Formats: sequence, structure tokens, C-alpha cells
Amino acid sequence: MSNKEFIVAKDNDGKSILKFLIGELKPRGKFLTPFNIISFPVMIIGLFLIIIRFWKGLGAVSNVTQDIPWGLWKGFNVVTGVAFAGGAFVVTFMVYILNIHKYHSIVRITVLNGFLAYMFYAGALILDLGRPWHIINPLIGNSFGTSSVLFLIAWHFMLYMVAQLIEFSPAIAEWLGAKRMRKVLSGMTVATVIFGITLSTLHQSGLGALYLMAKDKIHPLWYSEFIPITFFVSSIFAGLSMVIFEGSISRRVFFNLISEDNYRSHDDIVIGLSKICSVTMFAYFFLQVLVFVHGQRWEYLNTPMGYWYLTEMLGFVLLPMLLFLFSYKNRNIGLVKVAAFITMIGIILNRLNVSIIGYRWDAAVRYIPSWMELIVTFAVIFTQIWIFRWVVNRLPVLRESPSWVNEQNN
Amino acid sequence: MNLDRKKFLKVLGVTGLSLAVGKESTGAPNEAPVEFKGILYDSTRCAGCQTCETVCAEVNGLPVPTETIETGVIRNTDDQHRTVVNSFKTSKGDAFLKKQCMHCNEPACAAACLTQAMYKTKEGPVVWNGDKCMGCRYCMVSCPFDIPRFEYHSANPKIEKCNMCYARLGEGQKPACVENCPAEALMFGTRRELIREARKRIVENPDQYFDHIYGENEAGGTGYLYLSAVPFEELGLKPLQKESYPSLSKGFLYSVPSVFVLWPAILLGIREATKNNNSNIIENE
Repeated sequence: MSNKEFIVAKDNDGKSILKFLIGELKPRGKFLTPFNIISFPVMIIGLFLIIIRFWKGLGAVSNVTQDIPWGLWKGFNVVTGVAFAGGAFVVTFMVYILNIHKYHSIVRITVLNGFLAYMFYAGALILDLGRPWHIINPLIGNSFGTSSVLFLIAWHFMLYMVAQLIEFSPAIAEWLGAKRMRKVLSGMTVATVIFGITLSTLHQSGLGALYLMAKDKIHPLWYSEFIPITFFVSSIFAGLSMVIFEGSISRRVFFNLISEDNYRSHDDIVIGLSKICSVTMFAYFFLQVLVFVHGQRWEYLNTPMGYWYLTEMLGFVLLPMLLFLFSYKNRNIGLVKVAAFITMIGIILNRLNVSIIGYRWDAAVRYIPSWMELIVTFAVIFTQIWIFRWVVNRLPVLRESPSWVNEQNN
Repeated sequence: MNLDRKKFLKVLGVTGLSLAVGKESTGAPNEAPVEFKGILYDSTRCAGCQTCETVCAEVNGLPVPTETIETGVIRNTDDQHRTVVNSFKTSKGDAFLKKQCMHCNEPACAAACLTQAMYKTKEGPVVWNGDKCMGCRYCMVSCPFDIPRFEYHSANPKIEKCNMCYARLGEGQKPACVENCPAEALMFGTRRELIREARKRIVENPDQYFDHIYGENEAGGTGYLYLSAVPFEELGLKPLQKESYPSLSKGFLYSVPSVFVLWPAILLGIREATKNNNSNIIENE
């Protein structure tokens, strides 16, 4: 290498950046794991179905109807997926705004998870667009639909992905051994965190605000003018439950990457998160009760939809809230994980109840997703996990940063 | 002091006046105000001949419908039917109702559209522009009448809905359904004229009509107006709120700028306030 500019990766044994990247692209570890055996065919079939979808139209793959135009790809991938990605703004809030350094070791993995979630769920949005070649229209000046909540969400998705990429970028710089770049990028962290939290507040609630105009179409037990607030509050514990869930899996899958210190501090973090979850879930439950009483909805309770509503509120909000509280008092890590899992199911139920199950619940033809929609949904999730795994195995996400980072900080 | 106050009031008055009338006075005074056009549909006159369905399909290049009307069987608009006429069993015998886009004064679909592909023209029709639409179908989610329809089986799908024959209006013609209705159940005109006409019909034949103009206030007022012999619920029309549907998400949208200004300041403040908790621990990472 005659050109010194290219030799940036001194820590990587002085290899050129190109050789280094090619080396990193190679798969690592065993290929025939149970996860790979299940996920690989799903991804291949999913890709095939996506080609059919663009070739023959949305109706060839999806069961959405004229009355129920938003199906699984919007209701699950986008509306639910983004709630689960809320962990990033909560954790960065605690670490960089409240200065609670206990949670520092989970910032990177949470931000990475959030970034990939947004990337793939915004990607799922493109699959669902009938005329995706016009996706640039809301972003260029001549067609600003500023009265649309979806316009706000489109911009926020894009800006928040950039913010998360900047928040994560010091890890990329460390991986490439780019010392000066890391210094510049990590200097931007606090500003992007503040920007990112502001964006998250608005688009997490905005996903609920999307449904404000569908007042007569959503079952009255799930519709209220407070949807934006309930969506925002629930995104806090949805995101944290995802962090707990993902953390318990990462600990097993990537145990060789996690330093001993972080491995030990993990329990403390989980207990702390369970406390936050129980408090925000209490606020959420209280809010839902207020909405229910204020809206005088007693008459709907003794109906099938009413029982379904009670199942969601009691079984998937109140119960996990009490479990979080109990396990926080008793430092029961296993129970926290159970509570996180129930909470996640509760969030899926809640988002689907608003966007699909309770949406036009009175329609003549109900929407039930086709197997092809399900396959594509899982293909999107699996692809995200594959990329997540690739990054975690290579970049300093769970593992310690290279030694020169400490020198830089001091 | 007194003088100052007088002066102050004078300035205030002038400012207030110019603020109140300023908009009108700066506009071109020669331009005649454009009024929304609309269509009055009188269910008591409709014979259910389906001529409107046929001409609508012909004008818009859609397959001409072959199904006939059957009482109690509800047909719906879809990507090949911009309008349908249904027959209902009512307390005063069978009655027809034509369904199509209502051309709201403040359309939910247009407020929902993030590319301004769906918009309310100044003449009154709500129309769709395929050059801007990205096919997100949020208009379909938002429309309280379930009107915008999507071509699910096309690789280049369009949104199908009645556009009040916007192109024909430009040529000085009436919408095709109005022009061809043999029973004169449809009437085209400015919304103001149509409401006057509807009132006149109700007053002159109080026994024949149910005393309500559907669309005068529903959903903030619609361009299509309905008259009927029976309460409109019997014709499958749900009672809707009087406020426009875009007003439902206005509160949220208005809060966005304040959050954008206040949040960063508050967050920065909290950060500074909590900084000394662990000042010896490294910050930026």
C-alpha cells in the first residue's frame, strides 16, 4: 500500500481497509444452527413473495381489502415494531440525560437494535406502498402534505434513523480503527440523543395519532382522543421489555463477547429496568382506566370485544405490571423475563387491536393475514436478526472497545 | 397620559382592523369568489335505473356493471365501481340510495395525504393526482365514508373514486351522472343553491321528505347532499360528527412545534442538573 491514506486500520494488524472489510464479510461460526435452518428458507421464500408482490400487485400476496387497507405489514411490522424499538430513546435518555451510568453498557446494543428495527420496518413500509417509486415525494419540496400525521412520521423515521446511526457510529469507527473519526463522532452523541428523544416522543405518539381520523372505524374501547399519549407511554415499557428480552438472549448467544464486568452488572440493570417498567405500566394502566371511565364505556364491556379488551388490560398490562413490581422487590431475574415476555405480547395485542382487530370490527369481510404475508413478515424480522448478529459479532457492541478508546477519553 | 392612551387605542384600532379585513382587502377585488360546486341527490325521485352507474363507468373507462339491484343486498363501491345504487327496505317501502364520494368541504382523505396527491379543488371536487400518490392508502383509512378504493391487483395501482367528473366541469359540462339521470334525481350546482333547493323541497312537501339534509353538516359539510323520505340510518348512512374529520388530528399536529422547541431545552436542562451525580465517570461515548 503506497497510499498512506488507506492504512487507517492500524489496530487490525495494518491490513488495508478493503482487505479488512472483505475479511469481515466472511461468515463466522457454525452455519447449520437451528435458527439458520429455520430462518434461511423463510427468507428465501419471502424474497420470492416480494418479487411476486411487485410483479402482480399487492393483492396477489396480501389479504387486505378495500375496507381494511392496512394489514399485517403496517399493523405489525410498522406500528408494533416501532413500539419495540422505543428502548433506544428510553435508554439514551437515562444514560445521557439523567446521567445514570449504570445502563451505559446496554446503550450500544439497544441503539443498534433500534436502528435496525427502524431500517427494516421502514423497509416493510415500502413493500406495502402501492406506488413506491413516488416515495421521494413527501421529502422533496413540491408535495409537502403538512396536514398529514403520516407526513410527520415519514420525516421522523428518516431523521431518527440518521440520529441513531450517528449515536452508533463511534462503534463503527472503533471497528475500523479510525481514531480521529471516532473522536468527532462521539462528540456529536449528546446533541443527537436530545434530537432523537424529541423525534421519538413525536413519532411514537404520532403512530397513535395516525388513527385519530378513523374515529368511526375503530372499536370505541380502543379509540380515544388520547391514543397518541397511550401509544407514547406504552412505547416506553414496550422498548424496555424488548431490551430485557433481547438481553437475555444475547447473554446466551454472545456470551463469549461479553466482558466479565458487564456480565455481572447485567442483573442489576435488569432489576432497574423492571422497576421503570412497573412504574410506567402503572401510569399507562391508570390512563387507560381514566379513558375508559371518562368515555363511559361500561356498555361495551359485556360483549365479545369487551372481554377481549379486559383480557388485554388485565392479563397483559396489570398482570405483568404486578410481576415486574414483585420481581423488583425480590430481585427475581427469571420472573422479570417472564413479565417482559407477557408485556411484549400485550403490546402486540394492543397495537393489533387498534390497527387490525378493532379496526372495522364490524366489516362484512374480516381481514385475516394470508400465509404469504406472514412469511414476508418473518422474513423481514429474520433478515434483521441476521444483520444484527453479523454486526454484534464484529463491532464493539457487546464486547469492550479497543484499548485506544480509553486513552482518547482521558 | 390621556393623549398617549388615545393614540394607543387608535393604533390598536387600526392594527386590529387591518388584521381583520387585511386578508380580503389585499386580495384581488375583481376576482369573483369561487363557490364549491356540489350535487343534490333526491332519494325519493331515484328509480334505481342504474343509468348513473353505466355512464360513470363509460366516462371513466371502467367495465360497465352488469349486476342488477336487489333489495337488501348491499353492493359496495370498489376499484371498478365509482358509484353504486342500493335498494333498502324502509318504513316507507323500498328506497334507493346512491353511494359515491361525498366531496367533503374539509376532506379527511386530503388531510391524510402526505404528498398532496388527494386534494380539494377550489371548484369543489376532491380529486386524485397519480403523479404524486405513493400508494400508502392512508386516505382509505381516514375516509369516514370508505370511498377511496385501491387497485390491489395491479403493479401500477391507482386510487379509484368519484371525482365529480372534474375534467368535464372544466369544459363547462355537468357530471355525467347528473346529465344522464332520467328521473332528475340528481341536481348539479353550487352548494349554496343546492341547500336552498333542498330546503324548498322539504318545505313544499313536508309529508314526502324526512326533515334533514344529509351532508349539510355531516363531517363538516359535504359537496354531495342527500334528501330522503325516511331517516338516513334506514338507508345505511351512519350518523356522523358535525365537525370535520381533519379537526380530530389538529390538536396533535399543533402540539408538534411546541414539543420541538420545548423538549430539547428541557432535556438539556435535566442533563445539566443531573451532571454532578457521577462527575468522575466518562461522559461521551
